[in-house]
Amino acid sequence: MAVTGGAMFLFVVGHMAGNLKVLFGPEAFNEHPRWLRGIGEGLLGYGGFVWIARVGLLLCLVLHMTAAIQLARRAAAARPARYQRRGPVRGSYAARTMRWGGVIIALFLVYHLMDLTAGWLNPVGDLEHPYRNVTADFRHWYVTLAYTVAIVTLGFHIRHGLWSALQSLGASNARRQRVLKGIALGVAVLICAGFLAVPFSVLTGLVK
Amino acid sequence: MRLTLRVWRQAGPDEDGRLVDYAVDDVSPDMSFLEMLDVLNERLIMEGEEPIAFDHDCREGICGMCGMMINGVAHGPERATTTCQLHMRHFADGDVVVIEPWRARAFPVIKDLVVDRGAFDRIIEAGGYITAPTGSAPDAHAIPVPKPDADKAFEAAACIGCGACVAACPNGSGMLFTAAKATHLGLLPQGQPERYSRAVEMVAAHDALDFGGCTNTGECAVACPKGIPLESIARLNRDVLRATVTGAHEPR
Repeated sequence: MAVTGGAMFLFVVGHMAGNLKVLFGPEAFNEHPRWLRGIGEGLLGYGGFVWIARVGLLLCLVLHMTAAIQLARRAAAARPARYQRRGPVRGSYAARTMRWGGVIIALFLVYHLMDLTAGWLNPVGDLEHPYRNVTADFRHWYVTLAYTVAIVTLGFHIRHGLWSALQSLGASNARRQRVLKGIALGVAVLICAGFLAVPFSVLTGLVK
Repeated sequence: MRLTLRVWRQAGPDEDGRLVDYAVDDVSPDMSFLEMLDVLNERLIMEGEEPIAFDHDCREGICGMCGMMINGVAHGPERATTTCQLHMRHFADGDVVVIEPWRARAFPVIKDLVVDRGAFDRIIEAGGYITAPTGSAPDAHAIPVPKPDADKAFEAAACIGCGACVAACPNGSGMLFTAAKATHLGLLPQGQPERYSRAVEMVAAHDALDFGGCTNTGECAVACPKGIPLESIARLNRDVLRATVTGAHEPR
């Protein structure tokens, strides 16, 4: 869970950094996928790096979901009789929503790939001009809403996931616990802000 | 005070259970929760009814026998307090108090509020011990222990094995208990020979006993009447990870 989540977390950070190129205009943004595909071109060929990353990420996703399903099934088996009365769970909201949050993120991922990677659900769908696809998307309030919900869910997922991964890998102790939780919260907020900067700069007309 | 208790009654391990209401008058705010149940039980016996079965022993918060879900919270509303040390002044006149046994597959209900916590003993058998020469007790200062290590080990050793961590965990995981034992022994010089095999084998026993997996929700540490910190689990994870990567638990 921690290792596959960590790999996908690094991808998410890179993805966010790439997205922010939208603020520097169409040329910079459209250049980004070409640059990505050109990484290691001499060895891997054009686009080779992207395909390796895709296979690796898909593997991480499958393993991550498998582990999550195993944990959920073990949890259900460990308490066959439920409490008649259960006080509100005192842990964090983020910890409580990991499983359903994960489902929301997975569903969003399917939509997101059909929208901006394959272009099928995009109002423009021109794969040569990602800038136009993105700006066309976020002129529709419902697309912006879907992206916002997904990103906020991802933020909560990272808020608990990052801290939990550090705890699972044994990086935490009593002194560091508060700091690590603070870092996880800070990183989650930054990632939310970084991703939401794109739809909201389209909405506000900052990006045309 | 006048309270309504809604208590889980279950005649035996294989019987169906249900919540039964009992009105209890003249509850003194100075009574402990168990004394309040004693008063109710005396009345039930006088009336020829079956008294409510619940576990208890020392009644001073150090044996780990008592423990029940009180209004959905393990050991009731007070932090770092066992059920026997919980006093009725924390409740208000007219309250309805729901009392249930710990619920976990690994802790089957024997009767009413009594569960079998033998699964914890199986975890201890898997590695919760040290190899020590028998005979007369060694001098207390024969093996130097750094003070910070002694303090951390003692903090973990405060675990009384009551099972509140399992009862409170949304996953039904017993990882805080397992980690407390592994931390307690793994930090001391006497515990070093089995440090890594202990971590691996106790976790394996835990998983084989139908406890759930830990997802670091932190419910256990909040519910723990002895304040065992969540960092114990990170310490256990560290030892398990090290053993898995380097084979430190295998014979050299």
